Amino acid sequence: MSVLLIAEHNNKELKPFTLNAITAASQIDADIHVLVVGKNCENVAKNVSEVSLVKKVLHVEAEHYENFLPENFAPLIVKITESYSHIISSANTFGKNLMPRVAALLDISQVSDIIKVVSSDTFIRPIYAGNAFATVKSNDLKKCITVRPTSFDPAPTSGGSAVIEKIDGIEASNISKFIKREEVKSDRPELGTARIVISGGRGMQSGDNFKLITAIADKLNAAIGASRAAVDAGYITNDHQVGQTGKVVVPDLYIAVGISGAIQHLAGMKESKVIVAINKDGEAPIFSVADYGLEADLFEALPQFLEELNKLNTIQK
Amino acid sequence: MKILVAVKRVIDYNVQVRVKEDGTGVVTDNVKMSTNPPDDNAIEEAVKLKEASKATEIIAVTVGEEKAQETVRKALAVGADKGIHIKVDGIIEPLAVSKILQKIVEKEKPDLVFMGKQAIDDDCNQTGQMLSALLNWPQATFASKIIVKENKLEVTREVDEGLETIEVNVPAIVTCDLRLNEPRYASLPNIMKAKKKPIEQINASDLGVDTKPRIQQIKVEEPPKRKSGIKVANVAELVQKLKNEAKVI
Repeated sequence: MSVLLIAEHNNKELKPFTLNAITAASQIDADIHVLVVGKNCENVAKNVSEVSLVKKVLHVEAEHYENFLPENFAPLIVKITESYSHIISSANTFGKNLMPRVAALLDISQVSDIIKVVSSDTFIRPIYAGNAFATVKSNDLKKCITVRPTSFDPAPTSGGSAVIEKIDGIEASNISKFIKREEVKSDRPELGTARIVISGGRGMQSGDNFKLITAIADKLNAAIGASRAAVDAGYITNDHQVGQTGKVVVPDLYIAVGISGAIQHLAGMKESKVIVAINKDGEAPIFSVADYGLEADLFEALPQFLEELNKLNTIQK
Repeated sequence: MKILVAVKRVIDYNVQVRVKEDGTGVVTDNVKMSTNPPDDNAIEEAVKLKEASKATEIIAVTVGEEKAQETVRKALAVGADKGIHIKVDGIIEPLAVSKILQKIVEKEKPDLVFMGKQAIDDDCNQTGQMLSALLNWPQATFASKIIVKENKLEVTREVDEGLETIEVNVPAIVTCDLRLNEPRYASLPNIMKAKKKPIEQINASDLGVDTKPRIQQIKVEEPPKRKSGIKVANVAELVQKLKNEAKVI
């Protein structure tokens, strides 16, 4: 049996988390086939074929696959699953939206958000916002799995030469329609994959004050994150949210500024390698996960932080 | 328009969850339970649509043990008109819940089904999408804004890249994000009134749905603990530690 992996892309480029999902898939079975569905996405299919762990690329083109609507994707995936033992995607909003629709059509109980492959039917996944890890065994004949991307390294993008097989799509469902996507463009590293993340919380007090964080992010080439409280207060847009229902990040360095450390925020960052907390409340729960805690007023500490960074001869990029 | 809202009883989001020593699950005895937070947003949105005369009836439904009824009672206090409690004990997976809800949808014939996007206990994020698949209805997941149009909904979704707007035909399933609205508190008079509203009880076994778990929970354990960190005296010390000790900058 083989693994069918659903690629996430924007019709031009493969989304990087697909590579992390490929690594997870490779720990289940070596025969990995990747499904690339979209409109004018030949380039994506070609890129995927160069990933050395991939044995075959299934490429489907149609107008109505342009915007990845699950009502159109799910029946197509179901149609080609017969020879596959596992259907896998990454557990970001793309996979979370799509995979359960596929699983239900196949009458499979999905295993969501795995962080470890124990064997081809047994996986570890976090529950209760990461406050517990459950080891679970799927007894379904086929498995539908989503993979927490930050728990697996990305697969190398070169060295492969998989066959690309063109297959036909099926007709559109016409029960849903894409209207628009508002993407926030940024020159910074992506939050999900950045080596350093600096996040602000309610303690920032205003959106304008995030410029203190931006200055340090520029210096460290870091991504900017935020707690739900900061997003809800309108200081920053939702794509920056780190937490149980936002993004899960595992950078080398996570700097939490003015964030108290609610359970749901910790769920999104506590696996980071080194955690720094800057908060004026010495009792804030964020200090319980911090490697380095600084009890200070952030409005004094952040400018000093920038000044100290400026004194350094070199900064890792 | 008739709206069915699915709610789930979970450990309250403020409770620090503890893993049982025997590895069979988490401690639930004497732990505060509440409605799953985004399910509160689902109820709130339905009530707002009714107040705006866009919805005519709201039915709150839950699937779970006897006490799960509390979440339905709370939904009734906030503005749902009637409740349904599907009684089932033990672990019940999203696939089984969605099959049960499918039966309820076939019986009650709602135009819309709302629920939270994810339950904060198992963090599965599956039920809404699965129910949509079983009914062959469109799905609008992670909704942060809903506009009702003629036989359609325009829904803004919270996605990794930012926001996405889609249009779905009615009937449809919407799974709600915490950012959709600000759930209200039930007033005391409404809590009293809710006690008189009907809750229909149905045994899951009477619906002819196979609810046996397909996924075996082998063990539940605590995540690895972080070694305790230190407090630094000032910013200069912090930067020195990051540079020379942690070597991350």
